[in-house]
Amino acid sequence: MDNSTNVLKAESRNLDFFYSNGHRALKSINMPLYEKKITALIGPSGCGKSTFLRCFNRMHDLYPGNKYQGQIVMHPDNTNILDAGVDPIEVRMRISMVFQKPNPFPKSIYENVAYGLRVRGEKNKRTLDDKVEEALKGAALWNEVKDRQQDLAFNLSGGQQQRLCIARALATDPEIMLFDEPTSALDPIATANIEELMSELKSKLTILVVTHNMQQAARVSDYTAYMYLGELMEYGETNNIFTRPTRKETEDYITGKFG
Amino acid sequence: MANTQMQASVLTNLTEVRAMIKRHKRNDIIFAVIGLIALMIGLLTLLTLFIDLVRNGYPRFNAEFFMNFPSRRAGSAGLLSAWVGSILVLLVTFITAVPMGIGAGLYLEEYAAKNWFSDLIEINVSNLAGVPSIIYGLLALGLFVYGLDLGQSILTAGLTLGLLILPIVIVSTRESIRAIPVAIREAAYAVGATKWQVVKDHVVKYSQGGILTGVIIGMSRAIGETAPIITIGALTFIAFLPPSPVTEVAPYINFEWLSSGFTVLPIQMFNWLSRPDHAFHINAAATGAIIIVVTLLMNGTAIWLRYRIRKNIKW
Repeated sequence: MDNSTNVLKAESRNLDFFYSNGHRALKSINMPLYEKKITALIGPSGCGKSTFLRCFNRMHDLYPGNKYQGQIVMHPDNTNILDAGVDPIEVRMRISMVFQKPNPFPKSIYENVAYGLRVRGEKNKRTLDDKVEEALKGAALWNEVKDRQQDLAFNLSGGQQQRLCIARALATDPEIMLFDEPTSALDPIATANIEELMSELKSKLTILVVTHNMQQAARVSDYTAYMYLGELMEYGETNNIFTRPTRKETEDYITGKFG
Repeated sequence: MANTQMQASVLTNLTEVRAMIKRHKRNDIIFAVIGLIALMIGLLTLLTLFIDLVRNGYPRFNAEFFMNFPSRRAGSAGLLSAWVGSILVLLVTFITAVPMGIGAGLYLEEYAAKNWFSDLIEINVSNLAGVPSIIYGLLALGLFVYGLDLGQSILTAGLTLGLLILPIVIVSTRESIRAIPVAIREAAYAVGATKWQVVKDHVVKYSQGGILTGVIIGMSRAIGETAPIITIGALTFIAFLPPSPVTEVAPYINFEWLSSGFTVLPIQMFNWLSRPDHAFHINAAATGAIIIVVTLLMNGTAIWLRYRIRKNIKW
């Protein structure tokens, strides 16, 4: 991997996060996010990976009392998306998210994908149709559902539902896509499909993925960050992290000695 | 030698285990029987009551009974003014309680800050559902009849019953909103929806079934309420119909019916029941049976609707 071709898409600077109960879940995290690369967050349960991920689309704002300190700066516009003056809705329009368990709306397949566009005020049927098709193709779901777009999303299998959620997140042309353990509720075949899809998606956008699965991080990601107890212990190119970790803790975790 | 001993001890153990299981199963059966008896006492009492009403009221189940005004002669007295009154009162109740209840429930659940004040409101709303209905009647007498000078009218009765079922609608709205998984909400916010978009496109849509059930159960409670209606002074003998809400000339609707005097089914029943002449008791029995059937139908509809709506939603 050639570092010189890497363009910075976002970076967190001295990011601290406090839950409403006062718990300091993130401790001064500095981490870059390179454009059109996949960055994986690994670490034992409760280490703050998901908390960190959810800072990127200001998901924590939904619950009162949570507090950010520090910055997440997005490039090229240099916007600090954690700034109180930046509307979380604006952030979510630029950065979309795929959740741990497939969570399609109890609506039709079509409406699930179209919802992000409808929220943006898109009413033109042609535009919606085109965008939905494009997103479903991008999520490798088009061939399976093109003739039943009006069916309820719940009638799809778990893996298809997760790809539908990816299509929903994709339809609005986000700059960054967040994945919060996207395959933890899926079987191995569906997992392989999602991983393949992620590798395809990075030609279009920047991906940050939380995973519990070491092999997954090794397979799909370009960069890996190892977190422990709210701190970023080690960050680097995935190849290096998995073959030559500089810290003992990282090595222990990766080799399964603890975690 | 040791082997046989071990076998023997396994066997005694097994007999003990089997005896124990038998004992436990006997307790199972005893409890099931007690439960069944408890259930039957409730059900059979109601069923007996219903059959008794139907048997007594049977001679009056005909079109005339529904199309006649009350009369001094029991045989030609009918329910016309009562069922029309009930429908009009329920219409007012529906129009006022449903939007207010859903609005209040949505606000409390989605918008209100969670603090001691909202806790206080929560406790009070639940409490209101348990306040005796006659208290609502007294409140309405003071507020609607005298305070706002609405008179002893359909409007007053509808508003009173509206207040009465408001807590039921609020509580069922909140409960069905709470049943929506956090993941669905977050999914909507994550694509950039505002709070109002989440409420209108998701929260309201997915909680429809539960809200509707609450509304219908509230309405079926309202239809049988007697005490508050008597308190506000409903007339018991009404031989006229309120002015029609729809007219033949423009603007085709009028609201005079709102200020009209009225009676409702349970009051008509109460009136007939309080007469010494046994012939009127037949009318009362028939009315009682009709109220029960209407209530059952409404609750049945609620269950059916909930099933229909829930069928498309799985989580």
